[in-house]
Amino acid sequence: MGEAIAFYTIAAFVLGFAVLVVSTKDTVHSVLFLVLDFLFVAALYVLLGAQFLAAIQVLVYAGGIVVLYLFVVMLVNLKRPPETYEDPNRRGKLGFALSAAVLIELGAIAAIGYARPAPALAPPSAALPVTGNTEEVGWLLYTSYLIPFEIASMLLLVAMIGAIVLAKREL
Amino acid sequence: MVDTFLVPLLKIVIVLNATLVSVTYMVLLERKVIAWAQSRLGPMRVGPYGILQPVADAVKLMIKEDITPVRADKWVFTAAPIIAMVPALIVYAVIPFGPEVSLFGRQVTLYITDINVGLLYVVSVASVGVYGIILAGYASNSKYPLLASLRASAQLISYEVAVTLTLVSVILVAGSLSMVSIVRAQESAGVWFAFVQPVAFVIFFIGGLAETNRAPFDLPEAEQELTGGFHTEYSGMRFALFFLAEYANMIVVSSVATTLFFGGWLRPFPNVEALAFLDLIPSWAWFLLKSFVFLYIFIWVRATLPRYRYDQLMRLGWKVLIPLAILNLVVTGIVKVILL
Repeated sequence: MGEAIAFYTIAAFVLGFAVLVVSTKDTVHSVLFLVLDFLFVAALYVLLGAQFLAAIQVLVYAGGIVVLYLFVVMLVNLKRPPETYEDPNRRGKLGFALSAAVLIELGAIAAIGYARPAPALAPPSAALPVTGNTEEVGWLLYTSYLIPFEIASMLLLVAMIGAIVLAKREL
Repeated sequence: MVDTFLVPLLKIVIVLNATLVSVTYMVLLERKVIAWAQSRLGPMRVGPYGILQPVADAVKLMIKEDITPVRADKWVFTAAPIIAMVPALIVYAVIPFGPEVSLFGRQVTLYITDINVGLLYVVSVASVGVYGIILAGYASNSKYPLLASLRASAQLISYEVAVTLTLVSVILVAGSLSMVSIVRAQESAGVWFAFVQPVAFVIFFIGGLAETNRAPFDLPEAEQELTGGFHTEYSGMRFALFFLAEYANMIVVSSVATTLFFGGWLRPFPNVEALAFLDLIPSWAWFLLKSFVFLYIFIWVRATLPRYRYDQLMRLGWKVLIPLAILNLVVTGIVKVILL
């Protein structure tokens, strides 16, 4: 009961801030709502007992990536009021239709998922030789999910090298 | 009921108040020590030897006019000092001031909570604190604060990498992310991690100086170039919040350094029986004493060293400290694998 109340409260905050992110006129305010949104997502992780993920969520997203967003937004200085001119390439109706389609799809998935009995999940911690939040995540990353993990790190490395090459044309 | 709500609440109240009082007295200590270093007397008027100066300062800051610039972004301008202050205070939730002791016939732990990702919590909360500085500079809508806040956040982000890497090598040695377990690991190893990880400690301390914007890395507050730094446009209590946050962060860095590298609440040489008489001093007093030494070094460094130039600061961070921290991490990993 208490958990359900906490979940719905936090979920309402997550969705509310998400709406504010896309609806606020001021870009900097929009980025700040994104930070709040990430903090509430971290709260959801805590509710699920995934403290490690929550801390990483705050550290990487709220504390790292969004700081860079904020830098960019502050430095490009969008002082012009956003809707003063009509962009000819803008397809408002198409966007609306696409997001409606995604929403219907998600709703259908949720409805079907509720109708069907949930597949019995093997308790993952029973198979793991380690206990504790951090240890379990680490164990899974380096055993079951080794290849996706390594591919993700390769992707980051490629992005890093690409950024350096773009920034320093004559090395 | 008492154990789940009352005791933690009491601990939170005590820790918060103790922190705020020690922050105000840190300001006095800093003024005094720097005055002595420069053959001056420092504050002498309010109370004997100026010991009531923090009270006078607090009253002055509270009754000062609170100005919001006309062109400022009002909401963000108001929120920025709060965003700077809150992370500096909630970090204390995981700092272990002592082990479990019996107090009034009840077993009480001398820390608010011990979560299994304690160290990660400290790092992630501290990483949110940078928003206070960036937003203060942005919301003031004034050129010097903006420049200062850009400097400050670039500096914070750069040094955060090096500091976090040193923490990882400590985690490797201790085998845990919990602050209490890290102290216990030092107890069972019979040695402070400062001697196991000297390189990590030096990088951590330099990074700590840079992350708290302290001399010799106090470029965001370089008066000659930037008037007052990112809080130029702030006055009264809002300015005071930034000031308090800076000192609260110094106390955080000192406490974390004590916990990770100097045995937390343990007495010196915890494995030598002949020194058992040192246990007459309670464990929390050892913790406070060690943290105080670090705070004193913070002030001492400020009185001694000139300020870095900006390019020197960035070179030190990216080309010296980060490679050194990575090297230290790799060596620690290899040694750990060989020894096991």
